[in-house]
Amino acid sequence: MSKSRKIKEIILYGLIYICAAVAVVLLVGIIGYVLAKGLKSVNLEFLTTVTSVLHGTVGIAGNIVNTIYIIVITMLIATPIGVGSAVYLNEYAKPGRLVTIIEFATETLSGIPSIIFGLFGMMFFGQTMGLGYSLLTGSLTLILMVLPLITRNTQEALKTVPDSYRNGAIGLGAGKWHTIRTILLPSAMPGIITGVILAVGRIVGESAALLFTAGSGKALINGLSNLFPKMFQSGGSMTVQLYLSATSEGDFDTAFGIAVTLLVIVFLINLGTKALAKKFDVTQLK
Amino acid sequence: MNKKAIIEKTAQIIFLVCAVIAILAVCSITFYMIMKGTPALKEVGVLDLLFGRIWKPTAGEPSFGIFYIILASIVGTAMAVLLGVPVGLLTAVFLSELSSKKIGKIVSGAVELLAAIPSVIYGLIGMMILNPFMYMLEKKIFEGSSTHQFTGGANLLSAIIVLAVMILPTVISVSTSSMRAVTDSLRSASLALGATKLQTIFKVVIPAAKSGILTGIVLGIGRALGEAMAINMVAGGAVNIPLPFNSVRTLTTQIVSEMGYASGTHRQVLFTVGLVLYVFIMLINLILLKVRKGGDE
Repeated sequence: MSKSRKIKEIILYGLIYICAAVAVVLLVGIIGYVLAKGLKSVNLEFLTTVTSVLHGTVGIAGNIVNTIYIIVITMLIATPIGVGSAVYLNEYAKPGRLVTIIEFATETLSGIPSIIFGLFGMMFFGQTMGLGYSLLTGSLTLILMVLPLITRNTQEALKTVPDSYRNGAIGLGAGKWHTIRTILLPSAMPGIITGVILAVGRIVGESAALLFTAGSGKALINGLSNLFPKMFQSGGSMTVQLYLSATSEGDFDTAFGIAVTLLVIVFLINLGTKALAKKFDVTQLK
Repeated sequence: MNKKAIIEKTAQIIFLVCAVIAILAVCSITFYMIMKGTPALKEVGVLDLLFGRIWKPTAGEPSFGIFYIILASIVGTAMAVLLGVPVGLLTAVFLSELSSKKIGKIVSGAVELLAAIPSVIYGLIGMMILNPFMYMLEKKIFEGSSTHQFTGGANLLSAIIVLAVMILPTVISVSTSSMRAVTDSLRSASLALGATKLQTIFKVVIPAAKSGILTGIVLGIGRALGEAMAINMVAGGAVNIPLPFNSVRTLTTQIVSEMGYASGTHRQVLFTVGLVLYVFIMLINLILLKVRKGGDE
């Protein structure tokens, strides 16, 4: 090899290693910086009270509850629809125009930016359906957003279920619905759960789609009897509160405190999906 | 019909309905974007709106030109892609071709976590680290300038850097998996012919994984174009020509920062901004479809 080419190769190797290091350095830097700035804000009071001048407390409990509330409503509706859609595509539909259109629509849906979902949610659920700024409006909007995630993961999982299972069940006289319910869905469960966890992660990190749909209320639910009416009230998620704290409110202590909390949640979700993937990895079972 | 047949039919119909919801969602989003986005085009005039250079929505004689907003989105996205794609591609080369299993796991784990970090956190860090740094540069570069409007560091450059970081995970993960999918016989053949490892990677593996890499880039473009909150926090609050040290508004940040209080024509123009963004995203989706089809053949 000529000398100049050798030098070129060395430089290229150097660049490759530097670029690979960039991802790690960025992650470590971000985590380190957020922890250094935010850890002092996070304590029991921060996580369990609502910011109130009257009581002299600074806390994000209301935002945490709102986030959980949105996750629960969204997933309760999105999971059955997403799984149902995947079952239809994989088990019933014959390749043809309808399937192409459904798959294209799912693909398109996953490419739409969250701010567009936010605009649509505000116009359709908020104004046309009259739900205004509320946790329900936010949840309905997010359903559309996470639907493709669940559908795709379930579809992938259903594809890995061997055809012999289907033939065996049908051969034993089971109907299609019975086969789906007792054989296919249980076999595809790891994939479905992975999709659900990924969707939860997406919801936790979402902000643009919630700003103009769920609004920015901070109040806690007071009393169990208000659990249901809470749905129709405005409620800011943790991300929305972080945004407001860092911009209009100029309260960076709270912003970094929320950032720490969010990072911990994101980290746990990441570990969860990894553990699941490992546990159910077919190639490792053999 | 017996009971079993009824159950079977009902199940099938329910599953079909679930599948059709995705179509309904896309159709109604499209319908609403067009319905809400077009009135302002008529009211202000298509040319005045899309190519107008002056944005003064609340002035006595309001002006609703969004040309610089569109331009800022395009320039910001293009620069972020130019910055992020080479880094992402080389990282993908490392992950798929060079790394040992252990180090590969660390790097790809970091990439996964980067993808999972909420965009507001990127925005927050950009505000605290990038903006002050940019302000320092700004003060040096424009010292004594009477024409430059000082931004405190919230500028296009900050937005580009934040966007470049945010598209990295997409570019890396899609490129890596498409390079891994390249069959080993190609690599062996190239090495056997006397090519070095790097020559094999850049002359054989990357061309073979072309369509997957392209998919990653297009997905990255979509992500950069659609990102709202993070760049809203770092790009400043004024509509300007997209020059590196100017405060800029993009299609997304324009909506985020003004939808809360806008009314009348101003509000309708913001819907048009949304429509423009939607058209861009749909174009990207179509390109994506083409790229993927090209890969299948």
